[in-house]
Amino acid sequence: MKMLINVAETVVADALRGMAAAHPDLTVDVENRVIVRRDAPLAGKVGLVSGGGSGHEPLHGGFVGPGMLSAACPGEVFTSPVPDQMLRAAAAVNSGAGVLFIVKNYTGDVLNFDMAAELAEDEGIQIAKVLVNDDVAVTDSLYTAGRRGTGATLFVEKIAGAAAEEGAPLERVESLARQVNENSRSFGVALSACTTPAKGSPTFDLPPGELELGVGIHGEPGRERRAMMTSREIADFSVHAILEDMNPRNPVLLLVNGMGATPLLELYGFSAEVQRVLGERGIPVARTLVGNYVTSLDMAGASVTLCQVDEELLRLWDAPVKTPGLRWGV
Amino acid sequence: MLDADFFRRWMTATAASVEREAQRLTALDSPIGDADHGSNLQRGFIAVVNVLEKDAPDTPGAVLQLAGRQLISTVGGASGPLYGTLLRRTGKALGDASEVSGEQFTDALRAGVDAVMALGGAAPGDKTMIDALVPAVDALSDSFTAAAAAAEEGAAATIPLQARKGRASYLGERSIGHQDPGATSSSLLIGALVEASGE
Repeated sequence: MKMLINVAETVVADALRGMAAAHPDLTVDVENRVIVRRDAPLAGKVGLVSGGGSGHEPLHGGFVGPGMLSAACPGEVFTSPVPDQMLRAAAAVNSGAGVLFIVKNYTGDVLNFDMAAELAEDEGIQIAKVLVNDDVAVTDSLYTAGRRGTGATLFVEKIAGAAAEEGAPLERVESLARQVNENSRSFGVALSACTTPAKGSPTFDLPPGELELGVGIHGEPGRERRAMMTSREIADFSVHAILEDMNPRNPVLLLVNGMGATPLLELYGFSAEVQRVLGERGIPVARTLVGNYVTSLDMAGASVTLCQVDEELLRLWDAPVKTPGLRWGV
Repeated sequence: MLDADFFRRWMTATAASVEREAQRLTALDSPIGDADHGSNLQRGFIAVVNVLEKDAPDTPGAVLQLAGRQLISTVGGASGPLYGTLLRRTGKALGDASEVSGEQFTDALRAGVDAVMALGGAAPGDKTMIDALVPAVDALSDSFTAAAAAAEEGAAATIPLQARKGRASYLGERSIGHQDPGATSSSLLIGALVEASGE
């Protein structure tokens, strides 16, 4: 497998050096692995900290900036960051108004953020946490680790970030974040497996003529494997999987997300098919975002995320944002 | 009696064992996890050995607490907090005695394993590190060799189980037939007790 890297051990640090050079609006601490917006902490503003394994770029470091995250902690590839990083990030962005941790539901992320929250509270930083768990492909039962957090993370970070930017207090920012998560559902499809730099070969075996329906963002297997389908068929399957679990009565935000190796030509075509199914089901789409936002290294494939919004959530979605990965209204 | 030096040797022997087996751990983690268990633990135990060389605590409890804190700070994923908690809570339970008996160590390790179960919410049979650690603690009063054998058997016994915790739980029935990487690395940790003791 050919990769544009030096050695696997320095992949994350090398990427952070590049981010630092490309984005002077961010303070990138390469050694301690924390990305902070340069003007933090802002007096009276709630801090928003998220993080997770690397390999999902632009998530999360690419969403740091005005209108979205205050700081992000990248872990090793597909491995959650450690509590020291989160504590450092919380301290860097805390103005006294408290800090919201946005945590995707994976055992490692949850345990490390829980430990970090305890440490931060010991240091007098008020912490609130929201867990993102939007992936309908996973059975949520006593016998699994619960639904994974995927595409809805972007909606949570954007909308909670807009509220914090307006000066909303911690309690309000937290409840908005929770509301966005509860109103969001995702479903992902892989056309190929991804390759982690440490392993150097595909993390699972997906024959050329097949696809994995319900895949996770680390290549976790989904519901079933089938012979390759058309974009139209994949859109039908994905949207129906989501609608089995939610019944939107309001307009939705639509994210058609690439897993990293699928070109925009394909993603736009797939997005058209998703819009068609939603239209057939009578679900109005308020805004659409198409691109690579929550990726899985070099995996080919896409995920669909819907978030049901009211006027307030839509207004916060439309609010200005200025980050490396998401930018409008500025 | 076991002194601080014994516990340092335990950590050094674990680091060497993890280093030798890192590729196997990662290979076990590949079909049911995300193929990083070996490299993550290796990074953590290298850091543990380094910190114990620099800072040499003089009680068994302090050695294990320092090692646990170091794992939490360097490993990441679920393994960092789980292994970190195991060593920290075992160390805490040993108190500040300069030497501990085998019986005291058994009780302390049981407290550490209980803390891991509380943190991760896993019980025996869920296909996790607990499946190696619980039988190991039960056999520890006989000898380190018996504990190591029990841990290895426990790890092998995860093969037919369906995972209920962690990332492997998403596989459902497809997790059956694979040995759990966490149970395997736990059997390395317990196996290193034999080397540290010269049994």
